[in-house]
Amino acid sequence: MTAITVFRYELQDLRRSRWVMGYALCLLLLTEALLRFGGGGPRAVLSLLNVALAVVPLVSIVFGTMYLYGSRNFIQLLLAQPVGRGSLFAGLYAGLAVPLAAGFLLGVGLPFAWDGAGEGPLAGPLLMLLGAGTLLTLVFTAVALLVSLLVDDRAKGLGLAILLWLTATALYDALIVLLATSFSDYPLELPLIGLTILNPIDLGRVLLLLRLDTAALMGYTGAVFERFFGSLLGTGLTVAALLLWCAGPLAAAYLRFCRKDF
Amino acid sequence: MTELAPPYPIALPCTVIEAAGISKHYGRTPVLRRIDLTVKAGRVTAILGPNGAGKSTLIRLLLGLARPDEGSVTVAGQTAGSDPSYRAGIGYMPQHPRFPENLTGREVVRLLRELRGHAVPEDDELFDAFALGPQLDKPVRSLSGGTRQKLNAAVAFMFRPNILILDEPTAGLDPVASRVLKARILSARQAGITILLVSHVLSELEDLADDVVFLLDGAVEFQGSLRRLKEITGENRLEQAVARLMQRKAS
Repeated sequence: MTAITVFRYELQDLRRSRWVMGYALCLLLLTEALLRFGGGGPRAVLSLLNVALAVVPLVSIVFGTMYLYGSRNFIQLLLAQPVGRGSLFAGLYAGLAVPLAAGFLLGVGLPFAWDGAGEGPLAGPLLMLLGAGTLLTLVFTAVALLVSLLVDDRAKGLGLAILLWLTATALYDALIVLLATSFSDYPLELPLIGLTILNPIDLGRVLLLLRLDTAALMGYTGAVFERFFGSLLGTGLTVAALLLWCAGPLAAAYLRFCRKDF
Repeated sequence: MTELAPPYPIALPCTVIEAAGISKHYGRTPVLRRIDLTVKAGRVTAILGPNGAGKSTLIRLLLGLARPDEGSVTVAGQTAGSDPSYRAGIGYMPQHPRFPENLTGREVVRLLRELRGHAVPEDDELFDAFALGPQLDKPVRSLSGGTRQKLNAAVAFMFRPNILILDEPTAGLDPVASRVLKARILSARQAGITILLVSHVLSELEDLADDVVFLLDGAVEFQGSLRRLKEITGENRLEQAVARLMQRKAS
C-alpha cells in the first residue's frame, strides 16, 4: 500500500516535470522528423536505435541521479512516517522509472502510430526498439538509484553516473575493439559474445542490428552473432541478461537503502 | 483552536524517550560519544549545542533514520528503527523541507495522510492558522521559502502526535507565523504532548523550554531543567547560561 501511494504521487510529480515532458517531446519531434525526412522505415528505426542507445541511458542515469539527490530531504520526511523502508524503496524506484519509460514509449511510439509506419515488416524491429529502450530505462534508473545511495556527495555522484554511462556507451566498446585488433589472429567470436552480454547497451545494439538484417555488414562475426542471438536460447539469454542488469543494481540499491543512515 | 490531543491517546511512561550509551561515527569521525539521555513526557525539551555538536544526528537516531553504532534508543517503550509503527505517534518538522516541486501543498498533505492511513480527520483550521489556505493549491516550486516552512510546520502538527520533534522550527518563518507556531507549541504542551525542540535561537527557547539538553562535541554537557541550568551557572538568561557552560568546558 505504501509502495503504491508513493509511486502514485511520484508519478504525479514527474508527469508534470518539465524535464520529463521535454524528453518525451524531443524524442517525438526527432522520430517524426526521421520518419518524414530520413527515408522512413528501417532507416528511421536504425537512426532511432543510435539515439535510443545513447540518449535513453544518459537521460535515465543523469535525471534519475539528480532527482534522487533533490529528493533526499523528502525521503527523510517519508522515512519519519510509520512506513517500512522496503515499501518506500519500491515506490520510489517505480515512480522514477515508469514516467521515464512512458516518456520514451510515447515519444518514439506515437509518431509511428499516427504515421502508420510501424506496421508490416517493421513491426518486429519497432517492438524490439521500444522493448530495448524500456529495458535500458529500467536498468539505468536502477543504476542511478544505486549511485545516489552509495555516494552522498551530489557532484561526485553525478560525476560517477556520467562516467558509468560513458563507459557503457563508448569506453567499453573501445576496449572490445582494442581486444579484437590485438588478438585478431585468434577466433574471438565466442569471447565477444560473452563481452557483449556484459554490457546492456551492447545487448540492445546487437539485438536490433540483427533484427534489421544488417548482420551481413559485420562479416563472419555477424554470422556468429546472428546464429547465437537469433536462436531462441540466445534471445532468452539476452533478455535474461538485460533483466539481470536491472535486478542486480536494484537488489544492491535495495540492500543499501534498508541499511543506510539518512 | 482545534483539539490538539492525540486521536488515540496512549499512556506514555514518565520517560518517553531514552537513549542509553549511544555512540555514532560517520567514517572515522565520532559524532555522538556514549550518550545517555532521558526525555520526560509532557514537557518541552530543548536540545542545544554549537554546530557539529551532534543535535541533528541525535534526532535522526530517535526517528530511526540512522542506527547507533553502540547503545539503544527507545521511544514510547519501543526500540527506535526496529518497527516503523512507533513513528505513528511522532510528528516531525525537519530543518530543510524539500517537498516534490511539481506537487501542490494539498497533494503533499494528502500523500502524508495516505501514508498514515488517514489516522486523523482533515484539519483546515490548522492550515488557516498558518495562512496557508490558497497557497495549498499552488505547486510547491512556486511557494516562497517561508510558505514551505509553514507547510512543514503544519504537517508536523497535522497528525496530533504524542511526540513532536521540531528541528529549527522558526527558521525562515515571518514573525506572525513564528508567533502562531510558538502558540501551537505551548498549546501542545498543555495538551500533554512531549516536545523536542532543536534551535539556535536561544531567546525563543527561553519562553518554551522546560528542560535543556546541552550537547558539546558529541557528549551531553548538561541535562536537566532550565531552572537548574540557570542555578548552577548563576545566570538569569539561557544564552548567558549556555555561554558559561562553554567557557567552563574550554577552561
